[in-house]
Amino acid sequence: MTAILPAKSLADRLTTLFWRKPKLLLALLITPPLLWLGVIYLGSLAALLLQSFYSIDEFSGMVVREFTLKTYGELLRPQNYDIILRTLTMSAAVTIGSVILAFPIAYYAARYARGRWKAVFYLGIMLPLWSSYLVKVYAWKLILAKEGIITWAATKTHTNFLLDAALALPGIGGNSLSTSYIGMFLVFTYVWLPFMILPMQASLERVPTSMLEASQDLGATRAQTFRTVIVPLALPGIIAGSIFTFSLTMGDYIIPQIVGNSANFIGMAVYQLQGTAGNTPLAAAFAVIPIVIMLIYLSLAKRAGAFDAL
Amino acid sequence: MPAAVEFRSVSRHFGPASAPIKAVDGVDLTIAEGAFFAMLGPSGSGKTTCLRLISGFESPTAGEICIFGENVSNTPPHLRNVNTVFQDYALFPHMNVRDNVAYGLMVKGMAKAQRYAKAEEMLALVHLDAYGNRKPGQLSGGQRQRVALARALVNEPKVLLLDEPLGALDLKLREAMQDELKSLQQRLGITFVFVTHDQHEALSMADSLAVFNDGKIAQIGTPAEIYAQPKTRFVADFVGSSNVLPPMLTQSLGGPAKWSSLRPETLHLDPTGALQGIVTSLRYLGSGHRIALTAQGQDIAAILPTGTPLPEPGQEIRLGFTPDALHIMDEA
Repeated sequence: MTAILPAKSLADRLTTLFWRKPKLLLALLITPPLLWLGVIYLGSLAALLLQSFYSIDEFSGMVVREFTLKTYGELLRPQNYDIILRTLTMSAAVTIGSVILAFPIAYYAARYARGRWKAVFYLGIMLPLWSSYLVKVYAWKLILAKEGIITWAATKTHTNFLLDAALALPGIGGNSLSTSYIGMFLVFTYVWLPFMILPMQASLERVPTSMLEASQDLGATRAQTFRTVIVPLALPGIIAGSIFTFSLTMGDYIIPQIVGNSANFIGMAVYQLQGTAGNTPLAAAFAVIPIVIMLIYLSLAKRAGAFDAL
Repeated sequence: MPAAVEFRSVSRHFGPASAPIKAVDGVDLTIAEGAFFAMLGPSGSGKTTCLRLISGFESPTAGEICIFGENVSNTPPHLRNVNTVFQDYALFPHMNVRDNVAYGLMVKGMAKAQRYAKAEEMLALVHLDAYGNRKPGQLSGGQRQRVALARALVNEPKVLLLDEPLGALDLKLREAMQDELKSLQQRLGITFVFVTHDQHEALSMADSLAVFNDGKIAQIGTPAEIYAQPKTRFVADFVGSSNVLPPMLTQSLGGPAKWSSLRPETLHLDPTGALQGIVTSLRYLGSGHRIALTAQGQDIAAILPTGTPLPEPGQEIRLGFTPDALHIMDEA
């Protein structure tokens, strides 16, 4: 009897093995990235969490490796508590601002842009991400400065009073845009906007046109369709985008240093505490806050049914 | 009494005015109140555009559309008293079945208790009483179809539009839904307009139908008229896959020098028959055999009931038919 099948090479044996045991191939493919994610990423996160339960000896400045909640207690001191509140407010404002700005752009891109215009859209969104973040922030500082283009344009168009009125607002105003919370809000919103637009556009793209037509067909006005169909269906994308804008703002330590009135933000506090101050436990405790807030935010969003359309 | 839907030389062109694509081209159409009307045609024939003209998702380039005598050419979809069952059902995935059905009432501002009661009533009508709390994703294709139907009917539309309503269902379910749609329409007395490319569906469900071709209506009539007396070669060919005979062949069968149609099932084996040809293939259909033959260079199909003696491929046979089976068309 002659063999019907040709002789097997090593490669053939290997592909046969993988064909018989597909999970083996999957395991081989996924182990290295899982190790990377598990050890380096989650591992360092665990180390951070661990650090936050240590405390610092106030006299020697040495880290005491004993579990305590003392460091977390320090977060409640007025000066630290202010930092948290300030950062949280800014993150929320930036997120809301980004949602409002991003929605029309994402909607246009998802529903109307075709072919070449789609490419223009992606380029327009991604292009700002290609240049250095620092360059953009410094550019904004110049734009917002008292001698900058905004003040100049306001003077030329005799709309100084608008600018002055904005800067006179208590709490968020200031000497000039570049030293006010308004300016910081503008820079944050500019820098993180693409991270809101892209997931939003992706989720809007998955809403079939027939669903919008069905809503209209059943008697809904455009506003009703927007409220009851478009927003709920786009919500997973909005949540995904807001995770980006919210957590990126909470962790950033450069923009608050360059723009604004040099009031402290969580990112800056972490940067200073782990560096010059050597207070790693408090820095770690500060760093845990955004994580906790995001977890609370996500569980609230889930309970509100934000992911039902997934 | 005004017609439920009336098209007065309606056209819908797409693209540049210099070289328009005429999706709908000068259509005149009257659909009587209470009719079960089918728009039949191949894809791209303009039938779906016509449906969208009625629902308001397309506006006519020229002409007028009236619903119960009222010109709605400039009325947006949400203000027309018609509802649509979409081809993909377009159920809202984030709402449960009850909220889906009650949606039309909700946007009109009906109180919750009242609209839920009506929604449950409609769900009972389509035999989905117990499914109100489910999400559309948890339903089968046939159940989704019923929800879509209930969601449209709860608004008590004057005209219900159905876009390929059974296209996504498998054969058995499709037949069951055909019966159900038909009885629902008779019970409610609402005018149903449905679009399909399936001639069997159109013939079996509609009381009158329009056959579309190239943006124009090729023929309007009852299913029996369209089937037995097709006006054009296209209608004869598209509806029920008739044998379309060129003038020469018609003449040799004793007719005038015009195009004619001959239904496959009207042919029978007859040694003295007028139609002579060579069998090329045989196909078993269950209820009968489909015999393909060539006669004077023309492909002819005949359906012989199971039980009759069958010819062999390559054999020369003669087929007979009753004189009125040969339908002469106007086309010369």
